[in-house]
Amino acid sequence: MTTTDLGATAEVSKGLDSPLEIAGVTFTSRLIVGTGKYTTNQIMVDAIRASGAEMVTVAVRRVDLDRTREEAILHHLSPEEFFLLANTAGCHTAEDAIRYARLARAAGFNEFVKLEVIGDEETLLPDVRATIEAAQTLADEGFKVMAYTNDDLITALRLEDVGCVAVMPLASPIGSGLGVVNPYFIREIKRRLEVPIIVDAGVGTASDACLTMEQGVDGVLMNTALAAAKDPVRMAHAMKAATVSGRLAFLAGRMKSREIAVPSSPKVGMLD
Amino acid sequence: MSSTEHIQVRLNGKDRDITFGHTVQSLLEAIEINPLAVVVELNKQILDRDRYSDFDIREGDMIEVVHFVGGG
Repeated sequence: MTTTDLGATAEVSKGLDSPLEIAGVTFTSRLIVGTGKYTTNQIMVDAIRASGAEMVTVAVRRVDLDRTREEAILHHLSPEEFFLLANTAGCHTAEDAIRYARLARAAGFNEFVKLEVIGDEETLLPDVRATIEAAQTLADEGFKVMAYTNDDLITALRLEDVGCVAVMPLASPIGSGLGVVNPYFIREIKRRLEVPIIVDAGVGTASDACLTMEQGVDGVLMNTALAAAKDPVRMAHAMKAATVSGRLAFLAGRMKSREIAVPSSPKVGMLD
Repeated sequence: MSSTEHIQVRLNGKDRDITFGHTVQSLLEAIEINPLAVVVELNKQILDRDRYSDFDIREGDMIEVVHFVGGG
C-alpha cells in the first residue's frame, strides 16, 4: 500500500478507524457502490476498483434469451473480489420484493439482501409499510436484510425491531444527486438505532459523501454519482477520499463553531 | 419426417413452443444457458440447481430464468 492511498483500508490498518461490521461480516471500506448505469462494463469495473468498495450491489433480472441486452454482471465482477449485495430494486410490493430476494439467495453467494420496495414511481420514495412487512418475512427466513428507507426515525426503528441487520435511510431521492437534505434526521436515526446505518441514495458529489459521513453514520451507498459522472473513475477516487475524510472528521470531533473570529496567532510579541 | 409433439410454455414472459419431453436441465441446454449461472423459477417455485433434471416441463408451465445484472 502506498502512502498516497486514501482508502479506508489504510485508515483501518493505521488504527484511525475501525472496520465496518454488518451481521458479522467486516469491511474495511465504508463506501458501498452500485453497478448500474455505467456506459461500459470496463468503466464500471475500473470505477469500482478505484472506489475501494468491497460490497457492491447487483439487481435480479430475467436473462435476455434473445441476447439483445448486455450479458450477466458476473462476467465482469468476480464474486471472489467483491461481496455481492443483491437488491430488490424495481419491486413495488412486499410480495415481489420477497420473491426477488429469494431468487437472489438461490444464486448461492450470501444471505444478504438490499431490500427496496418502491412506493411511488415519480419520486422512487420507499413504501415503508411494505418495506417493514417484507423485512419481517425475510428476516424470519434467515436473510440478512439491509433495508432502504426514508429518513423517518420511526420507520427506521421498526425496521430494526423486525430484524434488519442494517438500516439505510436515503440522503435524498434515488438518482437525484441532491445530497443530504435532512442531516438532523440522519443523525437522529444513527443516535437511536443499534444496527449499522448506511446512507443510501441521493449523494451527488464528494462533498455530499463527506457531509454524510460527518453525521456519524457507518457507511454510504451510491451508484449514479459514480456512473453518471463525466469521469466515473476519477469521481470514484474522489468519493473514496471523501468517505474517509468525513468519517475521520466525525471521529476526530470538530471544533465548536462560533459567530466571532478568534485569531490563530498570538496577540503578544507584535513589533512596535 | 415425423412431427414432434410441441407444448406451449411461458418462458421469461414470452409464449414459446417447445418440444415435449424436456426437463428444466435439458431446456436450459437447448437454449444455451449455463445452468450454474442462473436461477430458475418454475411456476413461481425456485428450483435447486442440482435438481433441474428432476423437473419435467409441462404444457402451460411458467418458467423464469434470472441472473444478476448491474443495479444500485
